[in-house]
Amino acid sequence: MTDAFVPLLVTVPMLGAVLAVATGLASERGPPAVAGGTLAVQTVLAVWIGTDAIANGPLSTEVGGFVAPYGIELVVDGLSAVVVTLVAVVSLAILVYAIRDDPSGTPFYTEYLLLVTGLSGMAVTGDVFNLYVFLEISGLATYALVASAGTGRSAVSALKYLMFGTVAASLYLLGVGYALVATGTLNMADLSVKLAEAGYDSTLVLASFGFIVVGLATKTALFPLHTWQPDAYNDAPDSVSALIAALVSTVAGYALLRLVYTVYTPAFFEAVPVARTALIVFACVSIVVGSVLAVAQSEIKRMLAYSSVSQYGLVVVGLAIGTRAAVFGAIVHLVGHAIMKGGLFVTAGTVDDVLGAKTVDEYAGLADRYPVLGGASAVLMLAMVGIPPAVGFAGKWYIALGAVQAGAWPVAVVIFGSTLLTLAYFARVIERMYVAPAAARDVAAADGGLGDDLLPTTPPRSLVALVVGAAVVAIVLGLAVTDLQTILEPTLDSLLSP
Amino acid sequence: MIELLTTKYTYLVVVALLAIGAYVMIESDNFVKKIIGLNVFQTGIFVFFISSAFRTGGESPVVQSGGGGGPFVSPLPHVLILTAIVVGVSLTAVALGLVIRIYGSYGTVNEDTLAEVRADD
Repeated sequence: MTDAFVPLLVTVPMLGAVLAVATGLASERGPPAVAGGTLAVQTVLAVWIGTDAIANGPLSTEVGGFVAPYGIELVVDGLSAVVVTLVAVVSLAILVYAIRDDPSGTPFYTEYLLLVTGLSGMAVTGDVFNLYVFLEISGLATYALVASAGTGRSAVSALKYLMFGTVAASLYLLGVGYALVATGTLNMADLSVKLAEAGYDSTLVLASFGFIVVGLATKTALFPLHTWQPDAYNDAPDSVSALIAALVSTVAGYALLRLVYTVYTPAFFEAVPVARTALIVFACVSIVVGSVLAVAQSEIKRMLAYSSVSQYGLVVVGLAIGTRAAVFGAIVHLVGHAIMKGGLFVTAGTVDDVLGAKTVDEYAGLADRYPVLGGASAVLMLAMVGIPPAVGFAGKWYIALGAVQAGAWPVAVVIFGSTLLTLAYFARVIERMYVAPAAARDVAAADGGLGDDLLPTTPPRSLVALVVGAAVVAIVLGLAVTDLQTILEPTLDSLLSP
Repeated sequence: MIELLTTKYTYLVVVALLAIGAYVMIESDNFVKKIIGLNVFQTGIFVFFISSAFRTGGESPVVQSGGGGGPFVSPLPHVLILTAIVVGVSLTAVALGLVIRIYGSYGTVNEDTLAEVRADD
């Protein structure tokens, strides 16, 4: 019965986007209200459909009444349920920040809702071409959102992002084309059978895998395909940075996981071990270089952006290793990273608004001045490093465990090394916040030229609550990770069945 | 080789379009030309899909009442590419909008000049 409501996960935010335009004509306060209402409905819907899918097995529906392998199928299994709920909850939470921080009118909220449409669509679709369309919808919305800062700088970053994003999506499309030529189908479940029939070592199948992985890895921002990402995160409005850092690459990472396990299946890796090795090496390089680049940054937002390059490397390593623990770790880290990074970007934006502080040095004495905000963000940073019991630890633990089980010792070493590097760049910020004298910060703020009297002196309560909420969720998820494993058990079974 | 040229030449067009598009995107320092390169690149992919739908002696896939007819060319890639073209047009529109914004802010659409202007800031 719930099956029939699955398309609403895509249509609700899409209708909300149209409604936002309509109400925007009447009143300036319309679009934020519509966006809030729509995302609240979307969250309820995602939680309801998600719980049902986890409790009673996968839900699927055929759009427009076309029978499954020919028509587009929407599927919600345990994994999509987690991702679609994450998208709904995080976008609703960050909307609180967006309304406060960047009230840029109707187009902003329309793009925001279209982004949620695209991301939810990517999470629930069971058709590889449909995934391309949703990839482009979320891409287009993201480019516009990055440019909504209104500065020339943000337009340059958005154009760069657009170029990379479009080529990435085009490569994905080319991969889909190769798979279509090899099998004649676009349905994910059907593809998994027909690709095996076509032979995993056929040139067409190998080429399609290569194009799809490179396309989605660019969207996920793995080194060396990450170059669009720091500029885009840095120059976007603060609320948009938080939203795209938390969700856009996460959903691209989900798409990669979905394609690798549902479409190509673990049997592909068995048949073509070089594909697995290549993916592992690619991801390990990303982990190390991303961390090193993050250590080298002085601006907070840029540092967080490079940190993402390394964290998504971890996710991809997990999914490439492909043992049960590693894939579960990849899913946990995907979700955990979204929450931690979202919270940290909200902190960065809030501190920038309140103090005009953008660099690590300007964070000096922050914790003395704002103990709650400073404390919550320190918790998030330590969670990201992987201090137990936070979710950052749980994800890394399962990925490393999977690597050891698979006998991939060098990968376990890379994961351990990256933890130290993560500690290196976050410890620097925490040291500034807690140990460095506040005087250094006052000098920096006075040099900032923003005029302290124009800025609010305390961070708004709703934003502090948001950051504290993210920190609490990061800890609770870490504690509840074994429960998560229990409920995802059937999904992992079906993903990893050859 | 001759057979490849006479029967599979559309695939050579695909390769040429993809290469030209990628080259223009990388080599040109003019943003508008980069966008043109992007369009050429995407067109290469469109031609690839359409070529893959072809079959010798195939008719347009309009089934007469009572069925029969055929063989038909595959209609699916045509439909996919229709969608992809729409996506491409929207992307071009957004990209050109961004270029206008860049020109308004910096007075140039040239990547190198832009780097100089930004270095002066």
